[in-house]
Amino acid sequence: MSRTHITTTVNGDTVEFLCDPQETLLDALRDHLGLTGSKEGCASGDCGACSVMLDGRLVCSCLVLAAESVGRKVETIEGMADGDDLHPLQQKFLEMGALQCGICTPGFLVAAKDLLERNADPSETEIRYWLAGNLCRCTGYDKIIRAVMETAADMRGA
Amino acid sequence: MPLDMDLTPKTVFDTVGTRPVRPDGNDKVTGRARYGADMAMAGMLFGLVLRSPHAHARIVSIDTSKAEALEGVKAVVTRDDFPALDGDETAKAEAEENLWDVACNVMARDKVLYDGHAVASVAATSMAIAKKALKLIDVTYEVLPHVTDVDEAMRDDAPVLHDDLFTAGLDKTPEKASNICEYTKITTGDVAKGFGDADLIVERAFVTEAAHQGYIEPHACVAAISRDGLADLWVCTQGHYTVRTMCAAILGMNQSDLRVTSSEIGGGFGGKTTVFLEPVCLALAKKSHRPVKMTMSRDEVFRASGPTFSTSMKIKMGVTNDGKITACEGRFSYQHGAFAGSSAGYGATCSMALYDCVNIDFDCYDVVVNRPKAAAYRAPGAPMSCYAVESVLDEIAQKLDMDPIDLRMKNAVKEGMSSVYGPSFGPIGFVECLEATRDHPNMKAKLGPNQARGIAAGFWPNYGGQTSVSVNVTDDGNVLVSLGTPDIGGSRAGMCMMAAEELGISYDRVQAIIADTSSLGFNDTTGGSRVTHSAGMATIEASRKIIEIMKHRAAQVWGIEADAVVWEDGQVRPSGPNAGDNKPMSFADVAAIAGSTGGPIAGHSEINAEGAGASFGVHVADVEVDPETGQTTVLRYLAVQDAGKAIHPDYVEGQYQGGAVQGIGWALNEEYIYNEDGKLQNPGFLDYRMPVASDLPMIDTVIVEVPNPGHPYGVRGVGETPIIPPLAAMGNAVSRAIDRRLSEIPMSPPRIVDAIDG
Amino acid sequence: MIEVQLGATLRSMAGGRTSFPVEATTIKQLLDRLGETYPELAPVLERGIAVSIDGTIYRDSWLQRVPDGAEVFLMPRVAGG
Repeated sequence: MSRTHITTTVNGDTVEFLCDPQETLLDALRDHLGLTGSKEGCASGDCGACSVMLDGRLVCSCLVLAAESVGRKVETIEGMADGDDLHPLQQKFLEMGALQCGICTPGFLVAAKDLLERNADPSETEIRYWLAGNLCRCTGYDKIIRAVMETAADMRGA
Repeated sequence: MPLDMDLTPKTVFDTVGTRPVRPDGNDKVTGRARYGADMAMAGMLFGLVLRSPHAHARIVSIDTSKAEALEGVKAVVTRDDFPALDGDETAKAEAEENLWDVACNVMARDKVLYDGHAVASVAATSMAIAKKALKLIDVTYEVLPHVTDVDEAMRDDAPVLHDDLFTAGLDKTPEKASNICEYTKITTGDVAKGFGDADLIVERAFVTEAAHQGYIEPHACVAAISRDGLADLWVCTQGHYTVRTMCAAILGMNQSDLRVTSSEIGGGFGGKTTVFLEPVCLALAKKSHRPVKMTMSRDEVFRASGPTFSTSMKIKMGVTNDGKITACEGRFSYQHGAFAGSSAGYGATCSMALYDCVNIDFDCYDVVVNRPKAAAYRAPGAPMSCYAVESVLDEIAQKLDMDPIDLRMKNAVKEGMSSVYGPSFGPIGFVECLEATRDHPNMKAKLGPNQARGIAAGFWPNYGGQTSVSVNVTDDGNVLVSLGTPDIGGSRAGMCMMAAEELGISYDRVQAIIADTSSLGFNDTTGGSRVTHSAGMATIEASRKIIEIMKHRAAQVWGIEADAVVWEDGQVRPSGPNAGDNKPMSFADVAAIAGSTGGPIAGHSEINAEGAGASFGVHVADVEVDPETGQTTVLRYLAVQDAGKAIHPDYVEGQYQGGAVQGIGWALNEEYIYNEDGKLQNPGFLDYRMPVASDLPMIDTVIVEVPNPGHPYGVRGVGETPIIPPLAAMGNAVSRAIDRRLSEIPMSPPRIVDAIDG
Repeated sequence: MIEVQLGATLRSMAGGRTSFPVEATTIKQLLDRLGETYPELAPVLERGIAVSIDGTIYRDSWLQRVPDGAEVFLMPRVAGG
């Protein structure tokens, strides 16, 4: 079986790789581009640990074929910090203990960032439903939700 | 335990009790942290496991020739590649697992014992080729009748899994093999008299279905072995030393030839305290002479790692009219999956350990069934038994029209009382937890139609265990703590805080790493709520040794006696004017002259920590049940628990919240579903439904602190108790909301609707 | 003389007897002498047990001293997860 040559943009950089037709974007990010921040928790789109942005849309990268990323814009957790500065969400997660084992954290951060870019003042319920596609087994979600709420408030200058 | 350690408890702290950012946090929020599946080695192959499609079958033959011939396949292993072990061998693992059982679970020998049991494994140059190779392995099975239900497995006519398993704990060892691996009788006092003294007796049967720990990170490892047998293993685990012990034994290696590195771990909760893929990965690496990477799919995690037990129980409890428990009788049957275990007795003991009752009679059965080999899920054995006892207590509270907290207060164990397992309790915090619960604002929240409140308590004794820690001082005055206990909940922060506290330096000058197995002495697994207690104790002891060395160095430099110096506030100074007029030296000052005064300054501590303190907890659940759909909404949830001394309060709260939510999921939805064919029907997150953020409210917590005299800072382990009360807290709440006593976990919507209608 | 008592979970394994006097100054001596003096305790001892001394539970500490007159219980070892 011959492999496909893919050119795409990840976190602002043009990248190229070879992949099998059935490989997912998650596989490609992790195995061909060394971007292991997105995680495989289920490979069926149920846990959100593989969350990335694809052309500005929040997706489970395990449900996207690598080949589908051609000519599109992919953003992963590795692109979230800005140089030396963490994104306010990243900083707040650290300050509020909103992670324990941390495996779900990249997915939550990518999803939460998308939420705050669409809705600068989400209610607790809105946050919970937006993040319902991200499973966490360690925290019970409490500190994660609080961190997102406080970040939203900070970013609004409230 | 360091036999001469000064345990005079500290009560005033500078760093301990604050909430600094954890040292591994930055990597975790940026995607830099490396977990089990994030490792790659040059020339690496990909390994996959062929798993049994049958719940119970004899393996007649395995033909791997076609798989071996496939281009790209570099090794195939089966039972023939693993040595037979002496059946009596046990590991120094926490649960003291029988190593032969572990070995047979990791790769089936003459029988497959559950749907998903490993039968063979391949390593190939790509996953695609490995998948193809699995399909080319021919296995001939002789399918046998199976049993997956605990009660059915105990019947005389049940299919027997092991013909060499005879029930232990009976007066006479039976002649006929059985699925009942152990019988434990727990008896104190005189239950007949106790029931005679009772004004009210409540009797009820309970069933709890099996749950999985549900860690988001599937098992993963990378193994490489040189031709002279020196091996490296990268693995996500709660205990890399235990992995070393088990793999070395299963493969017939010296422990010193196997260096295991613990990756960051994406959750474990007890499910990663043993081995599944690792010995197979090493065997493939050995045979192929290349590094091999193996990961489990989510389907494999459910089918072939270690869920917890399903149970069938019966409780009969007698009380006086004013709520004093007079007697408790129970039958507890726990299934451990396909291999023997011993948890029913322990779980049963925990259920009544909270209460002062002298008349107890429990019959406890540990049973094997055709399901994956069970592993711990936080506090192994206790959530189920406590669910039963706490539900009966709630029924009693209703019948006596008594406040559930008052009922527990009336019977609560206190310091000095005998525990049900024998010894008298030292200082404990059950009463304090009950009081804190009663005082909490959530208890005043008004409840509307179809809403109710459920309360339940729980207890876990915790333990210490073998722990080795090394603390090194850099010549620029900073500190490195080397730990051997993987960090699953923020323990690196706690250890850095304790070292900083002890040494009198600022937290940001202390770093921690999790060292590999070749760098430190043995460490028991991270589990048993033991790390803050034991690694904390060892870190403190190592830090104290550093202080002694620094005092000694300063004294020598000043030309005075070692006992003429004191250490205070992070510096060493002469103890009095007689000792000379020398300016104090700070930690950094002494560190800078280490090389010239005898060499690098370090402290290390290898202990078997004892003195662990029990942690009591009380949970309160407010729910609303939709009577038409059986859907339960959690309105409010409170977790109160005694931490002894919370080193880092955020992480203590995190344990309370995480464990509570796991319990809520188990109480409402999570279960292993088997059909007539003995196969697991729901091995995925869609149908094994864990709580998501929109299912829950905030989880309110209260940290009670009754210091544990067995730890220099008063620490009690907290990681396991939180999963014990939720099953009954939710069960009691839902039962009250629908005005029917439920007795089966999980209380999924169809079951609730049936109870309402029935 | 130490009065070693069996916790409720172990009592049934030793034919119902609950108290076993021995002379011992460390846990190892205590366990060895129990095994020598009371053969019916052999299955209990072999499975690996914890010893509590005046309320502190020792899971695996042969060298721990046992003060004379201490309250001593044998109990199953705690597991964890």
